[in-house]
Amino acid sequence: MNARIDVRKTYKLYIGGAFPRSESGHSYEVADSKGKFVANAALASRKDARDAVVAARKAFGGWSGRTAYNRAQILYRIAEVMEDRRPQFVQATQQSEGLSAAKADKVVDEAIDRLVWYAGWADKITQVVGNANPVAGPFFNLSTPEPTGVVAVLAPQESSLLGLVSVVAPAIVTGNTVVVVSSYDRPLPAVTFSEVLATSDVPGGVVNILTGSAATIGPWLASHMDVNAIDLTGIAGETALATDLEVAAADNLKRVRRAPAAEPDWTLDPGLEPMTAFLEIKTVWHPIGV
Amino acid sequence: MGSPFEYAPAPESRSIVDIKPSYGLFVNGEFVDGHGKSFKTISPATEEVLAEVAEADEADVDAAVKAARKAYDKVWSKMPGRERAKYLYRIARIIQERSRELAVLESLDNGKPIKESRDVDVPIVAAHFFYYAGWADKLAYAMPHSAGRGSDPQPLGVAAQVIPWNFPLLMLAWKIAPALACGNTVVLKPAETTPLTALLFAEICQQADLPPGVVNIVTGAGGTGQALVSHPGVDKVAFTGSTEVGKAIARAVAGTDKKVTLELGGKAANIVFDDAPLNQAVEGIVNGIFFNQGHVCCAGSRLLVQESVAEELLAKLKRRMSTLRVGDPLDKNTDIGAINSAEQLARIRELSDIGEAEGAGRWSPECELPQHGFWFPPTLFTGVSQAHRIAREEIFGPVLSVLTFRTPSEAVEKANNTPYGLSAGVWTEKGSRILSMANQLRAGVVWANTFNKFDPTSPFGGFKESGYGREGGRHGLEAYLR
Amino acid sequence: MTATASNLDLYAEVTRSEASLRRFLHGLPGVDQVGADARAAGLGTRSIKTSAKVYALDLAIRMVDLTTLEGQDTPGKVRALASKAMRPDPADPSCPQVAAVCVYPDMVATAKETLDSSGVHVAAVATAFPSGRAALDIKLADTRDAVEAGADEIDMVIDRGAFLSGRYQQVFDEIVAVKQACARSNGESAHLKVIFETGELQTYDNVRRASWLAMMAGADFIKTSTGKVQPAATLPVTLIMLEAVRDFREQTGTMIGVKPAGGIRTAKDAIKYLVMVNEIAGPDWLDPDWFRFGASTLLNELLMQRTKMTTGRYSGPDYFTLD
Repeated sequence: MNARIDVRKTYKLYIGGAFPRSESGHSYEVADSKGKFVANAALASRKDARDAVVAARKAFGGWSGRTAYNRAQILYRIAEVMEDRRPQFVQATQQSEGLSAAKADKVVDEAIDRLVWYAGWADKITQVVGNANPVAGPFFNLSTPEPTGVVAVLAPQESSLLGLVSVVAPAIVTGNTVVVVSSYDRPLPAVTFSEVLATSDVPGGVVNILTGSAATIGPWLASHMDVNAIDLTGIAGETALATDLEVAAADNLKRVRRAPAAEPDWTLDPGLEPMTAFLEIKTVWHPIGV
Repeated sequence: MGSPFEYAPAPESRSIVDIKPSYGLFVNGEFVDGHGKSFKTISPATEEVLAEVAEADEADVDAAVKAARKAYDKVWSKMPGRERAKYLYRIARIIQERSRELAVLESLDNGKPIKESRDVDVPIVAAHFFYYAGWADKLAYAMPHSAGRGSDPQPLGVAAQVIPWNFPLLMLAWKIAPALACGNTVVLKPAETTPLTALLFAEICQQADLPPGVVNIVTGAGGTGQALVSHPGVDKVAFTGSTEVGKAIARAVAGTDKKVTLELGGKAANIVFDDAPLNQAVEGIVNGIFFNQGHVCCAGSRLLVQESVAEELLAKLKRRMSTLRVGDPLDKNTDIGAINSAEQLARIRELSDIGEAEGAGRWSPECELPQHGFWFPPTLFTGVSQAHRIAREEIFGPVLSVLTFRTPSEAVEKANNTPYGLSAGVWTEKGSRILSMANQLRAGVVWANTFNKFDPTSPFGGFKESGYGREGGRHGLEAYLR
Repeated sequence: MTATASNLDLYAEVTRSEASLRRFLHGLPGVDQVGADARAAGLGTRSIKTSAKVYALDLAIRMVDLTTLEGQDTPGKVRALASKAMRPDPADPSCPQVAAVCVYPDMVATAKETLDSSGVHVAAVATAFPSGRAALDIKLADTRDAVEAGADEIDMVIDRGAFLSGRYQQVFDEIVAVKQACARSNGESAHLKVIFETGELQTYDNVRRASWLAMMAGADFIKTSTGKVQPAATLPVTLIMLEAVRDFREQTGTMIGVKPAGGIRTAKDAIKYLVMVNEIAGPDWLDPDWFRFGASTLLNELLMQRTKMTTGRYSGPDYFTLD
C-alpha cells in the first residue's frame, strides 16, 4: 500500500492582504534548527518592498482612522485565531528555533498573551501618553499621540514568533501600518502568522510581511521616502549595517528605533517604548470664549 | 492716504544694555578666550557692529564638553532635584528682573520688534524656566511608561544644543531649562548672527551661582556646531534649525548612542473656511506669517482659503497688511522689524522673484523701508498652486502664499501635501469640523481659530521632515531622560 | 453702491421679514472672543508720544460728549457742565471745546440755552433711558420732546429684551420709528445714536448683530452703553463696532459713527481708543462727527495730560474745574 504523500505548503510573501510570490521569482532554502531542509521561502526583492510600502501607505488612512476600540478587537482577534492554530505555531517554532516542545509551548503562550496585552493598549495609550496642558491663557490645549505612518520593521532574527509579534503588535495597535522583514533563517512562523492575519479582520496592507534578508531589503526601506519610521531591532549587533541604515533613514528624517547590541529578552515586560517610538504627539489649541 | 494721526517715534531706550566690545566663550562658569578667530555680530536694522565674538574651534568645544562632563559627574547629576529646581527658579527670577535688558538686546542683535521681544519672547523664556524648575524634583511622576518597571528616570549626561537665530533666547530656554531640570549639563551654541543674549544668559547663570560647567556657551558658526554635535563626549543632541542641517545631524549621530531631538522647518497651511470668524482669521493670518518677520519654523506660510470667501478675505487681509508698521525694531510701534541677515534677505528675495517668475501675483502694501540694514516688506502672493516653489519651500520671511480650496477634503489634501509637518491652522466656527480637521492634519501643532501660540506646558514639534521629539510640557522631559 | 441710496432701500430684502432679518444677522461672520480681545489688547500697546500725543489729546477732547445723567441733575448743574463744555480749560484758550453735552430730555432746553451758538451740540438720552422698558409711543414721545426742546442728537436705547429673545424685527422697527421721531419741522433731523447696552448683550456676536441691525435701520451712530450697566464700554466691544461701521461703509458707502460710553476714565485709555479708530475703521473716523466718547471724568484727565504736554510738568486735580 502506498503511503500518502503529504501536500506541502508554498510559503509566500504577504503584501496588501494577498499572498504573492516574490516578483523576482527568487526563493531560498529554509532549514530547521538542525539544518534539514524544510521548505523554500520566497526571497523578497526591493520591488516587493516597494509594493509593500505602497500597500502599507494605502492602508494607513483607514487603519489609523478606525476607532481604538475597533483596533483593540482586531488585535484580540489575531490572538484568538492564533490560539486556534496553536499546534501549528508550536510546531513551527520548535522547528525553526529548535526548542523543546515545552519551551515552544511557552513561547507560543507568550506570543498570544502579548497580542492580548497590546490589544488592550489600543484605547489606553492615548490616556497614558496624552496630556491636557494648562497653558497660561484662554485656550483649550490637548496633546494626543498619533501614529507615525508607515513603519518598516526589521524583525528579530532569533525569536521568530514571539519577537515578531513583539515588534509588529506595538506598531499597528496605535494605527501605524508596517512592512516587516522577517527573520532570514527562521521565516516560516512569520508566514504562518501572516495567514492568521489574513483571517483575523486585519485589513489588507496593515501588515505586510516579506521573507528575506534585512541586509538586502533594509537599505531600500531605510531610504524609501514614503516610509516614516524604521525599527532596526532585527539587526541587533550589526553595527555597521545599522549605521548605514540610520544614515539612509536621515534622508526623510525617519524615526529610527535603533538596533540593540544583542537581541532583547522577549519575555520581559516591553513597557511603552515599543509603542511610543512610533507615535507623534499632536497638540491642538483652541480659544476658550463665549 | 496718510493718517493725520502719525505716531511719533517711540524708541525703547538702548541705554539699559551694556554691550561689551568683545565676548569670549562661557566655559566652566567663566568667560574665556577662544582659540579660533573672532567674528562680528551686527544689528540687522542698521548694520552697525555690536560686538566681536569668539569663534570656538574644536579644542574649545572639547574643553566645554569636558567642563560639562565634569559638572555632570561631580555636581549636577548628584544634586537632589529639589536643589536643581531652586537654581532654575533663580534663573527664572533673574530673567524677569532683567527682562527689559534682555528684550532690548534681543531686538538689537536679532532685528525683531521690541514689542515681540518684550511681550512674547522674554516672558515665555522666564515662564519656561519657571515651568521646568518645578519638574526637577518630580521626574518620577513624569514618565508613565517606565512606571511598570519602577520609575526612576535618569539624566542622559552632557547635552549638545544648537539653536537658531530666529528666537535666540527663547530657543535657549527651550533647550536649557528641561535639560537642567532633568539633571543634564549642557554645551549650547547660539546662532552666529545672534549670540549676544546667550552670552548675557551666561552672566545670569553667574548671578544665580549656577555651579561651573553646568551651562557652557560656545559661540561660532556651522563648524562649531558640527564639532559640538559630533563630539564623542556628548550624550544628547538637540537641534533647532533647518531641515537640511537636521538631516546632516541625523547622519552624524547614526550608529552612536546619542539621543536626538530635531525641531526643523515647516510650510504650514493656515486653512480658512467660509464660516470662519473672518476678522480674527485675518489677525491669525497676519500673526501667522508676519510675526517675527516670518522667521518662524511654524509660520503659516500657506494660506488655504475656501474659494467662496477668498475675495472678501483677501480684501480684508490687504487692508490689514496696510496698517503694518515696518521699521526700527526698538520702536515700540514697530510690527515688522529687520530681516536677520543679508544672507536671509537674499534668500527671501530670490524665492519671491521665483514666485513672480512662476506667475503668482505679488502684492505688498506701500511701505517705506529704511536705507540701511536688511528689510523686506510684508508680501503676499495670490494665484499660487501647489506646484509653485513658493508653496513648497520654506521662505522663512514675511511672504505669504495664497491658495484656494473648495471642499474640506481638498483642504486636507493640500495641507498635508508637503514633506513637512510642523504646524497647521484651521479657522471655522463649526466645532465638529475643527476636530475633524485637527484629526486629519499631519502636523505636530494644530492651532484652531488661533495661530502661533506658545506655552511652556504645551508640547511643540513636528511630524515628518519637520523633525522629531517634542519641546515643552511633560513630553519635553522625555528628550532628556532615560 | 452709491452713498445717496438710503440704507433702508439697500437692505430692503434683508429687513423685509423677521425671518430674513434673522437669516442675515445670523449669517454674519462670527467673532472669536479670544481673538478679538487679543487684537484690542495688541492695539493697546501702541506707544503714543510727543507730537502724536498732543494731536490725540486735543482730538479726544473734541470728541467728548460731556455727560450728566443723574436723578439729582438740576439746571444749575447742567449750566455748569455746558460752560465747561465750551471752555474746558479756562486757563488755556487754545484748548478746544468738546463735541456735545449729554443730558436727559428735560434738561435739553437748559443746556441749549447755555450753549447757544457755541457749536457744542446738545445730546439727549431718550426712549425711556436707560432700561428702555416703556411702550413705544412713550419712547417716541420722549424723543419728540427732546427734539422739540432743541436736542441736536438723540441717544436711544434698544430693547435688549426683544433683541435677546430674537425679536429682531421689533428692535429694527423701533429704531426706524425713533429715527422718524428725530425729524424736525424744518426738514432736518436730530442725529440718532443707538445704544446697545453691550454689557447686557454680553457676546461679541450679539454686538456685531446689533451693530448691523442698527445701521440698517438708519442709525447715525452706534453706541456701546448707557453707563448704567457694567461693563460699559470696552476696547474689544468698540473694536467689533468699528469693524462693523468699516464694513458697512464698504458695502453701502455710508459712514456711521461710533460712541463708546462709560468707563473711559484716563487719557491713556482714550488714546487707546483713538489708535483703534485709526487702525480698524481708518483715519476718516478720526473726527468728532464720527467718533465720540461718552464720559464725564475723562475730560479733566485729558486736560491734565494736555497741560503736562504744554508745560512739561505734571499737573494736579486742583488746577481743573469740577463741574
